[in-house]
Amino acid sequence: MTPLKPLAGLDPQHLLNKKSTYCNPHSFVDVDRLSLHYGEKSAFRDVTLSINKGCITALVGPSGCGKTSFLTCLNRLTDLTAGCHVSGRIMIGTIDVLAHGTNVIQLRRRIGMIFQKPNPFPLSIRRNLEFPLREHGMRDRAQLGTAIETSLRDVGLWDEVKDRLDSPALALSGGQQQRLCIARSLALSPEMLLMDEPCSALDPLSSGVVEDLIISLRGRYTILIVTHNLAQARRISDYAALFWVQNGAGQLVEAGPATQIFEEPRDPLTIAYVNGMRG
Amino acid sequence: MTSLHSNTLFRWSTDDLLCWLLRGLAAIAGTIVMLIVTFLIMEALPVLHRIGLLRFFTDPSWHPAEGFYNLTPMLWGTLFAMAGSVLIATPIGILSAVFCHYYAPFFLARLYRRLIELLAGIPSVVYGFWGLVVLVPMIGEMHPPGPSLLAGILILTIMILPTIALMADASLAAVPQHYLRGATALGLPRWATIKGVVLPAAKSGLFTGVILETGRAIGETMAILMVCGNVVQTPSSLFDPIRTLTSNIALEMAYALGDHRAALFVSGLVLMTMIVALAIAAEWISRGRYD
Amino acid sequence: MIKTVSRLQNPREWLAFIFVWGTAGFVTATFCWLLGDILWHGLSHISWTFLTAPPENAGRRGGIGPILVSTALILGVCLAVSLPIGIGTAVLLAEFTSNQNLFGRMTRRSLDVLAGVPSIVFGLFGNVFFCKTLGLGFSILSGGLTLACMVLPILIRSTEEGFRAVPASYRLSAAALGLSHTTTLVHLLLPAAIPGLLVGLVLGVGRAIAETAALIFTSGYVDRMPESLLDSGRALSIHIFDLSMNVSGGDANAYASALVLVVLLLLINGTASWLATYGLHRKIVTV
Repeated sequence: MTPLKPLAGLDPQHLLNKKSTYCNPHSFVDVDRLSLHYGEKSAFRDVTLSINKGCITALVGPSGCGKTSFLTCLNRLTDLTAGCHVSGRIMIGTIDVLAHGTNVIQLRRRIGMIFQKPNPFPLSIRRNLEFPLREHGMRDRAQLGTAIETSLRDVGLWDEVKDRLDSPALALSGGQQQRLCIARSLALSPEMLLMDEPCSALDPLSSGVVEDLIISLRGRYTILIVTHNLAQARRISDYAALFWVQNGAGQLVEAGPATQIFEEPRDPLTIAYVNGMRG
Repeated sequence: MTSLHSNTLFRWSTDDLLCWLLRGLAAIAGTIVMLIVTFLIMEALPVLHRIGLLRFFTDPSWHPAEGFYNLTPMLWGTLFAMAGSVLIATPIGILSAVFCHYYAPFFLARLYRRLIELLAGIPSVVYGFWGLVVLVPMIGEMHPPGPSLLAGILILTIMILPTIALMADASLAAVPQHYLRGATALGLPRWATIKGVVLPAAKSGLFTGVILETGRAIGETMAILMVCGNVVQTPSSLFDPIRTLTSNIALEMAYALGDHRAALFVSGLVLMTMIVALAIAAEWISRGRYD
Repeated sequence: MIKTVSRLQNPREWLAFIFVWGTAGFVTATFCWLLGDILWHGLSHISWTFLTAPPENAGRRGGIGPILVSTALILGVCLAVSLPIGIGTAVLLAEFTSNQNLFGRMTRRSLDVLAGVPSIVFGLFGNVFFCKTLGLGFSILSGGLTLACMVLPILIRSTEEGFRAVPASYRLSAAALGLSHTTTLVHLLLPAAIPGLLVGLVLGVGRAIAETAALIFTSGYVDRMPESLLDSGRALSIHIFDLSMNVSGGDANAYASALVLVVLLLLINGTASWLATYGLHRKIVTV
């Protein structure tokens, strides 16, 4: 396993606190018999899962088993896809996510999402962070400046970009862009972060940096991360859940503490998957 | 962070407002066609009521002043001019595209493509003017009088050529490269490859191009009006002057009144019917392509 | 592009070679002939006075000053009306409706038909609707409105393509940050779609400025300087038509006017293709 490299501008204390007390076993998200169809095709079926507050939960499994679709249900990004039908129940804190009256904009503010491919807006670094903040009602210049600096420091990007905040965000490297995207979500002070394979489009070095960053966020945010990289899931997660395609639709096979899933899995599929990846 | 609290109600209504505004604008854009058809029918209705549709095809002649409304000579004029120009322009257009893709060196292909785009941008009145001062006298020397079906066909050919050439160019570009690689690997020579592989593969795009150019040929007014002589008759040779449905409207609208005016709207309706039929054909072909 | 075998193995290949090159040569020659003719005859008449002076003696002498003004006014009316409707419709079709949506499908279909409607039919429609029904008479306003109906399909299609070329990730990430549709549209999508919008605008202007048949019965023939939008005004293309068909001895000025029109259009089309390449280039850089 690669040793963890401390990140400039990060409190190393966070890194030492891996699998620490920050993560408490109180459920923050409760998903009850959630199913999703695209038209006739079923993406996943009957998923029931609890996600604990302040912990990192990893969703693993082969491609096409509905992990990403599951993620997009939690912030109702599914609304953007035509012909997408979700049934079941999701409670995040006290919010009933799938209810009709739910304020989607507020929901998405409280639940940040990081995509596989870094996707900063074609604006300057500063504008990338400032623009969503302004839209959510923060107008004061000084306050904006502080928020920008704080979130950039949180992702360890401040020292790298503080002298060129007004240069285009797309000129940054892939890893820096991804950290900027994380900063952009953090600036809105969310309670939860959804991450869809945040490292898979990055080179190994930047991938390591982003991974360290995710670990440093443990405890402060509830993190749900989709990854294909079992080694990574093992390194960072407190809890893990395995999805698998059964009867033409993705299903949750086994979920539990990471140590259980990776060291002593119970379900035969999990055993095969974890061992297969290991071999 | 207290300052991040919502102005949510306001925001939702902005989104809704925008959506309704856009729907309104789109509704305007979408209803124009309906509006056009409605007004054509409304204006044409009086004469259709009085004399019926059939007499537009059975009357002895087109003499609106005397109450004769035979559209057939003009219909033939339109159809002959269209058929002639489509027959000439289609091979030229397709060969042009073939030239760009498979024969010309790169820089020449780019130059030629630009030239076709420029041809597409020249207004019909300029083509008509050029035909009037250059082509018509030439034809007149060959076989008087000069303004004729032939002049119309030639001018229309130049005008619709860019449509089919650009369309063919796009559909040749869309032919998958591995088809060509396969043919080249078999050692097929160039023209054999084009004839046997490329053109069949690009067929539906080429058909769409032909339909588009046919539409242009039917609808063209000014150039035809300027070079065709505008005599109402069913042409018996290429050198006879003709009048098309479109130029008939342009010529007589200025002074037409009552039934005469309504009759012109009937010919407008006939044109619309042709165009809608072509649009349906195009839709049919493109649906076949995606199935 | 894949180079096919270039040896000319048999007579058929030779024939095809000659035919293809011959066609290209023929088309090029025709084009040069047409353009050369207009340039040759028109250039000697072009001068500053020609561009600014009013026409005299039914256009046989004098210039095209008022005609250029009328043309510009008609174009202005056309754009002022068609731009908001066109952009609005394009935004709705590209961003707010799915491909299955009935309203969207109907709108798109009716625009497809509209794109094929012959210009003379637009003329008929403009004459009844704008001149008679709305009571605007033969006027620059009627002409501009008729042209607006005509250029809408072009404008909408390329604006819509501009929006569709914007990467989907912009919309997803904006939605994930809890930004509203309106904000996303104004701050992210609109700026990114500008190249497509400009191409549509320029193509629309090209189509409008070239139009004759739709204007004869809507904006009219009057060649005086227009005093208001409700005055009749003669567009440049109508001027050429009138000089060559109805005025004997008007050829010299017709040539010069045709040259002005062609140069205007070449400029417009050049701008369009420059914008298209520039827009494409920018897209590649940003992705």
